[in-house]
Amino acid sequence: MDALMNFGTGIFGGAWPAVWTLIKIVLIVAPLMLGVAYLTYFERKVIGYMQVRIGPNRVGPWGLIQPIADGLKLLLKEIIVPTTASKGIFIIAPMLAIAPALAAWAVVPFTDSLVVANIDASLLYIMAITSMGVYGIILSGWASNSKYAFLGAMRSAAQMVSYEISMGFSLICVLMVSNSLNLVDIVNVQDQGRFAGWGLSFLSWNWLPLFPMFIVYLISGTAELNRAPFDVAEGESEIVAGFHVEYSGMAFALFFLAEYANMILVAALTSLLFLGGWLSPVGFLPDGILWLFIKMSAILFLFLWFRATFPRYRYDQLMRLGWKVFLPICLIWLVVVGVWMMSPLNIWK
Amino acid sequence: MDFQTAVFYFLSAILVFASLRVITARNPVHAALHLILAFFTCGGIWALLQAEFLAIAIILVYVGAVMVLFLFVVMMLDINIDRIRQGFWNYLPLGALLGLLMALEMSLVLGSKYFQIPAAEAMVPAGVSNTKSIGALMFTDFVYPFELASIILLVGMIAAIVLTYRGPKKSKYTNPNEQVFVKASDRVRVLQMPVEKD
Repeated sequence: MDALMNFGTGIFGGAWPAVWTLIKIVLIVAPLMLGVAYLTYFERKVIGYMQVRIGPNRVGPWGLIQPIADGLKLLLKEIIVPTTASKGIFIIAPMLAIAPALAAWAVVPFTDSLVVANIDASLLYIMAITSMGVYGIILSGWASNSKYAFLGAMRSAAQMVSYEISMGFSLICVLMVSNSLNLVDIVNVQDQGRFAGWGLSFLSWNWLPLFPMFIVYLISGTAELNRAPFDVAEGESEIVAGFHVEYSGMAFALFFLAEYANMILVAALTSLLFLGGWLSPVGFLPDGILWLFIKMSAILFLFLWFRATFPRYRYDQLMRLGWKVFLPICLIWLVVVGVWMMSPLNIWK
Repeated sequence: MDFQTAVFYFLSAILVFASLRVITARNPVHAALHLILAFFTCGGIWALLQAEFLAIAIILVYVGAVMVLFLFVVMMLDINIDRIRQGFWNYLPLGALLGLLMALEMSLVLGSKYFQIPAAEAMVPAGVSNTKSIGALMFTDFVYPFELASIILLVGMIAAIVLTYRGPKKSKYTNPNEQVFVKASDRVRVLQMPVEKD
């Protein structure tokens, strides 16, 4: 590593730290985009098997080149801007959707030391950046100047703002018990406790003491992502395709990439906050980045499973779930955790 | 000029431009978008001053929540720009007076002793968490103003509901609670009947 640093300083001089950061960004974004491509393949295969079909199997062995072919097709397609659209905003909206989805990865740690920026308030940073993703959706709906797109945008904005609240509350419980906003610290705190001492560290992770919050976070995360069964924003049978109905080619692909990059992000966050991140579930196996990937894949599989299993929520029931069910649960559990931490039964010392 | 100063001037230029566009843009949605840009840039400047908690909070609260709802309302409005411009000269004296008053208040705040600390003293030593120190101050020294502010917000919320509530609605609507807890036996009756034979 030192040799690499010296080599870089020799070539770029004072600009080396900036260049090194750029290299780190590429090292995260390139695998992420590859992950997104193969997540779509995985989704089609999994849902295919759940519906007793085979899924894509024509392009390459077992259809493995399919996502590349899809990407190439979208790249070559024409981008049509509707004549009555607000042109500038119409073009900017997909960028506003994908930029936060990528920027949030700056603070996501993969192991204790493998993180682009290990900042103090990394959890807050992620909440702030991901809360901006909604602009891509609202603006695309407004700029398209189409009824369906506008209705989809309105639905999805209301949905995202509502579910962000219960999501925020479940995160507050996590940061209360970990006494830190830093994601690396939050994971390391989960490695302590009675069960971890016995070598059963998976029982020390936050999912067990904060079980209601874990469930609320997972479901709110699905809703925040506009994934089925909460995909009213793009309910095909009601409002065609929702906010991106007027988009084609690469502009559409950017929305698609943003949605799947956000799915991977929520899976990573759930693993880090509630499932111990890179920690090994049992004492006799070493910790490592592989555990994080296994946990993320399991949660991503859950998202696909939801989509293949549940019918779509009706819009008013969706709002009811967010405001009348999750919010009270969060408020009550927040007080419960606070009292628990002040009582002699406190397990997070 | 060092790097930090250059970033400061860059962000300030964007902030001033965005703020000007908020009041000059003809399209209200464009004005709201420039306001969002102004908030975001403001967060950048605060981050430059090592106030990372405030910087993230303004983006989380104002950009992520308040402006979304604001944009929502602005998009639904059907605004006729010519009619808005009609009373411009009539309202100008009152508006100018209010603007002057606000500028005076701002200069009073900026001239107070809290803003006279030299930059070298205001530097945060490494290892001190911004979030923790704000939290500690908020719940010790400033606990009464903090609680007072929250009560004022609550009063504002209730007042908004009271002002816009127009009695129970007369339209037909479904109760989702009943719908969620419905059972098959409430809707479908299974009858036992003998098989009919010719």
